[in-house]
Amino acid sequence: MTLGISGRSAENITLEAVRSGDIRPEDIRIHPDTLVQQAEVARAHANPQLAANLLRAAELTRLDDHRVLEIYEALRPNRSTSAQLLAITDELVAQGAVLTAELVREALEIYEQRSLLA
Amino acid sequence: MTIGRFRFMDRQRVNLDGFAEPDPALGMIAFNSPNDPEPSLIVENGRVIEMDSKLEFEFDIIDHFIARHGLDLEVAAEAMTMDPLHFAHMLVDPRAPRSEIIRLAAGMTPAKLAQCLTLLRPAELVMAMTKCRARRTPSNQAHVTNRSDDPLLLAADAATAAAFGFREIETTVPVLEDAPSNAIAVSIGAAVGSPGVLVQCSVEESVELEMGMRGLVSYAETVSLYGTEQIFIDGDDTPWSKAFLTSAYASRGIKMRVTSGGGAEALMGAAEGCSMFYLESRCVALARAVGAQGVQNGGIDSASVAGSVPGGVKSLMAENLMVMVRNLEACTGNDALMSESDVRRTSRTHPIFIAGSDFICSGFGSIQRYDNMFGPSQWNSEDIDDYLAMQRDWGVDGGLRTARETDVEELRRTAVEVVSDVYRLLGLASFSAEWQEQAVDAAGSKDVPAADLMTPLQASRLIRDTNITMLDVVRALDESGHETIAQRLLDLLKARLNGDYLQTAAIFDEDMSVLSLVTDPNDYAGPGTGYVPTPLRQLQIDSIRQVRSVADLRSDQAQARSTRLTEGLVAERGIGSRDVVIGVSPATARDIWRTLGGLMVTEALDELLAGLEEEGCQGRIVRFHDTVDLGLIGLKAARLAGSGIGIGLQAKGTALIHRHDLPPLGNLELYSVAPSLGRAEYRALGLNAGRHAKGANPEPARNPYSDEAIEARYHTSVVSLMAVERECSDLTAPPITLHLERS
Repeated sequence: MTLGISGRSAENITLEAVRSGDIRPEDIRIHPDTLVQQAEVARAHANPQLAANLLRAAELTRLDDHRVLEIYEALRPNRSTSAQLLAITDELVAQGAVLTAELVREALEIYEQRSLLA
Repeated sequence: MTIGRFRFMDRQRVNLDGFAEPDPALGMIAFNSPNDPEPSLIVENGRVIEMDSKLEFEFDIIDHFIARHGLDLEVAAEAMTMDPLHFAHMLVDPRAPRSEIIRLAAGMTPAKLAQCLTLLRPAELVMAMTKCRARRTPSNQAHVTNRSDDPLLLAADAATAAAFGFREIETTVPVLEDAPSNAIAVSIGAAVGSPGVLVQCSVEESVELEMGMRGLVSYAETVSLYGTEQIFIDGDDTPWSKAFLTSAYASRGIKMRVTSGGGAEALMGAAEGCSMFYLESRCVALARAVGAQGVQNGGIDSASVAGSVPGGVKSLMAENLMVMVRNLEACTGNDALMSESDVRRTSRTHPIFIAGSDFICSGFGSIQRYDNMFGPSQWNSEDIDDYLAMQRDWGVDGGLRTARETDVEELRRTAVEVVSDVYRLLGLASFSAEWQEQAVDAAGSKDVPAADLMTPLQASRLIRDTNITMLDVVRALDESGHETIAQRLLDLLKARLNGDYLQTAAIFDEDMSVLSLVTDPNDYAGPGTGYVPTPLRQLQIDSIRQVRSVADLRSDQAQARSTRLTEGLVAERGIGSRDVVIGVSPATARDIWRTLGGLMVTEALDELLAGLEEEGCQGRIVRFHDTVDLGLIGLKAARLAGSGIGIGLQAKGTALIHRHDLPPLGNLELYSVAPSLGRAEYRALGLNAGRHAKGANPEPARNPYSDEAIEARYHTSVVSLMAVERECSDLTAPPITLHLERS
């Protein structure tokens, strides 16, 4: 049985439930555990990079839409200072998003080398 | 000064295309630029310290990301020392399994994989692609856009695209602000056409992601990668921002793929002197490194740049293959129009079409060229019947199916009605009856003058301001009585929960089952293996709407029945030197009444008789039953004629003049191209037969000339007409006289 991030089961997402205003956006958002399982499937099908992506995705389920969009914006070239990217790393670690934090930390390292910081 | 032959050649459409002198400095070279690096890989303590002849401190952002994330270092030593020719052989040899190719390619640097794939010839690319694509079942993607962002026309056209079999639809906007309205209209239209059709709206990266989060689209594709650092930065991204974006989509359960394409860097003036294929190899390696499940490539917007240099079209296919070899979903270009020439654009697509790919086109323009807001596609709405015929010709599944006119009309009407209801219920817009009717009927936006250009803009603002999501759309669909469509869109939202469509090359079939690398893996291993269309699917491929049977032809002919010809007595040998017999075939005035030229058989006979009369001869019409052969009919007619001259006429219109003492095939004059014969030709034939009868000089007969594909147009009818003739023939029946009531 598949659960959404809200804990609601996919089986309960019916037209009747929508009709009665019972379905919220979180009910149709993927659960991190599902992404972790899909990462295993990707690994078993010879794509460890897709697996790594899905594991980062599992972490990002914890962030709200707005913050996800903001962090994406911050990672674009010449947007952020070193301190700003470091702060994001800390924030991600605090949320348990260690893989994503590592990605941002690595971006910072390379952006410094390639002069892509603000 | 030019000579006529070259003035004529210059006027051909292929000469509108640009053809460039190879120029490696500008990146205007398909393969093997002198500046392409030698493949190399040195790993120290699990860290790449040299890749493709660059030391780590020389790496640009692309090298860094690939070196850190993109390579399987455990197989790298084996893969990098492998003889490129040996790997090329594995790609072609059906006995070498796909899994082994995937395993080795994972350890190859961009330069190494480019070196191996450069060795393949075109036919070898076809073999390799047949084996290496991820999904067993091929598919196709459509563009659905229009100049006015008309929601009704978008919905009607999306429903139409789904009816023709497209499993992904890509829309975009001429006006960025219209994006949410377009996404909703196309999603609803696609759902009217078929369950499980994925929809994307190509706009700026963060706008696109936001629409995905709100459920307004069900996948994303326009996440561009480039092969040089300069262009990457100009595109306002880095490999790290793209990797984050890739994870962001997955974190909301939304399918996405990235986009790249050979020639893009040369087009933007920063190719660093490298070949298109090598730079694309960097993009594809990066696509795998960021964790995207698939790639749209094959030139895309720069396909014509690649097409302008030697081997460029081949390189476009090779870069698609490279995606497959990196174990990713391949959405294989055939997208932006790369040539003004129908021959060149078909040639560019055809090898991929017969090999099969996850999506043959990454944007078949299912709408009018002028309505395609990506620019005209390689294939457009005027080509749908061509494409369906090509599928049928080769027995190949190119992802499309025939749709019946009545079905499409009904789907378009439903799509228009449903979108109108939803927009009204959500307070987004109301549409006039005139606008609705025009959208149902329209071949393109020029046929919808009633469309109001402000409507999509106002609707989009309201969608944004009131934060409308796809759940609201589903609710509105349900409330307005369109439960089936509501359920289909709800099913696509629910599909985000189990994540199965995040796996490589995932699409939904019409039962909402996921077909992907995981659930429907390509198992080609030589003849007799791999994808075979189901009997039902084969029937869809074979049964194009233009197919005609003998029964269809019979019923058409029956409608042309005339009472002017009536049967008389058994025909006797005539006397008198002015007696000319017009011998007609067994089905004449029984089952066949109209010639291939569109004349009534009686009209052809009128002219023949009139021509004979002009020369003072008497024509007699005699139907022979014991042969369908025109030469024999003519000869037998001549032998019955007092003059010894006969005319032979098959009911389909082919005619000749014969003489009693000639061999059957040695006739005097022959009009062989029945479809081109009109009244004037039959009159001339009658005149000449009269002159032959009198011993006078006939006018030399000339078959009317046409440069059209007469045979292609009529040969199937000829086969049916001859079958009817044969059914009417009877070896024992004597010839009988037919009387023509004169008009």
